[in-house]
Amino acid sequence: MNRQSLSRHFRQFLPRTSVIDQVESLRAYECDGLSAYRQLPLLVVLPETVEQVRRALRVCRELRVPVVSRGAGTGLSGGALPHAQGIVLSLAKMNQVLEIDPINRTARVQPGVRNLAISEAVKHLGLFYAPDPSSQIACSIGGNVAENAGGVHCLKYGLTVHNIAGLKIATIDGDLVTLGGAALDSAGFDLLALMVGSEGMLAVVVEVTVKLLPCPESASVLLGAFNAVENAADSVASVIAAGIIPAGVEMMDNPAIRAAEDFAGAGYPRDAEAILLCELDGAEGDVGEQVGQVREILRRHGAAHIRVAADPVERARLWSGRKGAFPAIGRISPDYYCIDGTIPRRHLGRVLTEIGRLSGEYGLRVANVFHAGDGNLHPLILYDAARPGELQRTEELGARILELCIEVGGTITGEHGVGVEKIGSMCVQFHPAERAQFHAVREAFDPGRLLNPGKAIPTLARCAEHNAMHVHRGRTRFPDIERF
Amino acid sequence: MPDHTEQRLQQAVQEAHRNTQPLNIIGGGSKAFYGREATGMPLHTAAHRGVVRYDPAELVLSARAGTTVAEVEALLGKENQMLGFEPPRFGRETATLGGMVAAGLAGPRRPYAGAVRDFVLGVKILNGKGEIMRFGGEVMKNVAGFDLARLMAGAMGALGVVLEISLRIIPQPPVEKTLVLEHPQHAAAIALFNRLAARPLPLSAAAWHAGETRLRLSGGAEGVKRAAEAVGGEEDVAGGQFWQRLRDHELPFFQDQRELLRVSAPPAAELGALDAPQLVDWGGAQRWLVGGADGEAVRALVARHGGHVTRFRHGDRRSAIFQPLAAPLHALHLRLKRAFDPAGILNPGRLYRDW
Ligand SMILES: Cc1cc2nc3c(=O)[nH]c(=O)nc-3n(C[C@H](O)[C@H](O)[C@H](O)COP(=O)(O)OP(=O)(O)OC[C@H]3O[C@@H](n4cnc5c(N)ncnc54)[C@H](O)[C@@H]3O)c2cc1C
Repeated sequence: MNRQSLSRHFRQFLPRTSVIDQVESLRAYECDGLSAYRQLPLLVVLPETVEQVRRALRVCRELRVPVVSRGAGTGLSGGALPHAQGIVLSLAKMNQVLEIDPINRTARVQPGVRNLAISEAVKHLGLFYAPDPSSQIACSIGGNVAENAGGVHCLKYGLTVHNIAGLKIATIDGDLVTLGGAALDSAGFDLLALMVGSEGMLAVVVEVTVKLLPCPESASVLLGAFNAVENAADSVASVIAAGIIPAGVEMMDNPAIRAAEDFAGAGYPRDAEAILLCELDGAEGDVGEQVGQVREILRRHGAAHIRVAADPVERARLWSGRKGAFPAIGRISPDYYCIDGTIPRRHLGRVLTEIGRLSGEYGLRVANVFHAGDGNLHPLILYDAARPGELQRTEELGARILELCIEVGGTITGEHGVGVEKIGSMCVQFHPAERAQFHAVREAFDPGRLLNPGKAIPTLARCAEHNAMHVHRGRTRFPDIERF
Repeated sequence: MPDHTEQRLQQAVQEAHRNTQPLNIIGGGSKAFYGREATGMPLHTAAHRGVVRYDPAELVLSARAGTTVAEVEALLGKENQMLGFEPPRFGRETATLGGMVAAGLAGPRRPYAGAVRDFVLGVKILNGKGEIMRFGGEVMKNVAGFDLARLMAGAMGALGVVLEISLRIIPQPPVEKTLVLEHPQHAAAIALFNRLAARPLPLSAAAWHAGETRLRLSGGAEGVKRAAEAVGGEEDVAGGQFWQRLRDHELPFFQDQRELLRVSAPPAAELGALDAPQLVDWGGAQRWLVGGADGEAVRALVARHGGHVTRFRHGDRRSAIFQPLAAPLHALHLRLKRAFDPAGILNPGRLYRDW
């Protein structure tokens, strides 16, 4: 199918501004947040209504044209990377909050609404939408659903899957299907849970009903600085073992601390090996008591320095370093590559030591920023794409780190998704029957495999190729730890 | 170490798949009454038991499907932890984790803490071909592959025989207090539940029956004390017992031998009197009706409000126990069922007549 003739099919029912077929304009869509992968699509189509989405899907099914859904394009795994023979279906024009129901505490929104816009729209009611990815000013709720996005506060408030009450989806046949709603459950299988995190491969999300929570009465943030990463990790375990679930617990190692401090001036001690940021929220008196308990735990684990934010201004300042960690790293290195593995927290010390060793082996610097409460690591590999072979070495190091995560009983992705980026690592995490089951589920929705083909679930052939290339590393599995 | 009970289950499913022999998967039998009539050869999972791993500081527990809920709760209790969704055991010590996940039912804490599916982190299952597979894992955040682990919650065994489960655990709240207030009409209680839920109060259960409203507060001492002042009413010192009996359907309301309907609706939905004795739970989002009500008429009404109705107990088990699904949704279910169980041998007909 060529660009011009395909374009005519969509122009029959879409306004001129909703079909992009000029190469210069298509460039804006050639990659998502993982810019190492680029591909021009045949077309970009930007429907404005659910009806237009359904018609666009019917056209694609009829002509057997691949469809890559796209929200804001902030994804970090190449999930929205275009297909050379396909269209990009951008939901960006469907960006309205449709209805706020303060009594049932839900909001019905279109998929292109930005994450932060939801909390802003309900702020006057004392409510908020809990999942808060660092990209929340930009990323769309549709993209959050497709990736099961997390955020700094998901230890206490859950991931996207815990905060979505209902979805409307358009299938590749153009059918509109409602899953869930404002009730707490629905009849039949939990397709709502299945849709969340399905990376645009099962259906297109055209409407989202989100749950809204009351804003906590008060919040407090502690900063703890440590001379050893292990001590910081151990204190997180102790806080949780004491029955305290912080709203968020974030950790950074020394290279990340220095970069963040230079960038944001958050007041982090530059010589610490690790810092911990711990936010507690709830009723005022209880928060005060928990701050005391956490302070004591940090001290017991040898914190060299502890600070409690006295007011909202200082709280925001303490967070600013963590929130700006990615751009901060961007300033000290031409390029960086973000890894997203998750591990059981008890293995944190061992995994960080091994990452340090691998960093030496590959001659690439690594800065660690992570969601310490739930074991979600974000090692940032610093590299320079202009140097021949360096991106490839970086990707290889990334794959080694992910294998390490699998070995200790973790997973290759906690919140960024598999996309194109980690498709090889899927061959390590899942065995052939499991992968075949994923394909069967996908074909139950999309028998022609037109929705986001080539992403997330590797084919048998892809894994055969991957395993042939990587056999030399099959040896390191820890036999005592199950892969689970 | 070979896992004999797992091997036996696998062989049984493989053989059933070869012979197209329907199976009736049975854990502890505590939910044998639930769903459409079970047919097929019994497949017992209770012998496949034992906690595999429990690390309180990780807030994760993994156990084989035949492990009893009672055993798990006792273990968690020793560490001041618990299952956040308060799964009903219906008075049976035998209730298993596998059945708990398959039925997907949750107790009074559900609206405030989450459902079974919200706590499922990973599963090991046998699909309908007898293949052993693991989905999800033992970590809180995991988006590798489709979320087929949560999909098992509430699937009534139609997609797989659950062999092992990893669950997220939560700490027990330091303080719990139950308040009782009087509301002759349930509508006033429901309005109160929704007003309170929009404020940052440590609510953990809210129910109404026969003129009495009960609210449970859980959290730190200070927050509970201040919330109790805001709510008013009297303290119910036997509150703990009340919630247990509600959770397990041991209150007199549930002893009625006539048909029991479960209404799941948006919490503030105004459904009217519904012409039947009513017990409101989940802050209004779950309402139980006993006897008298015309099930299909209630179904139509509730559907208009965006909810659904289950003919929970003492109904005609050859009829539509669960709310019928819209055509495209039903077609999706059928294809998904075939994707896991091509021969249609896992609990066929337990959820819907034709699959
Ligand atoms: C600086 C930075 C910080 C970040 N921090 C976080 C973080 O803290 N936590 C976190 O979880 N992520 C984070 N991310 C990653 C990213 O923002 C999230 O994955 C986000 O959910 C993607 O949303 P999007 O709208 O940009 O989706 P896109 O990138 O456009 O798409 C992502 C995937 O979703 C699919 N998709 C999009 N819309 C739909 C739809 N309507 N229907 C079906 N499929 C659809 C696409 O096909 C693609 O596979 C960060 C990214 C950046 C750049």
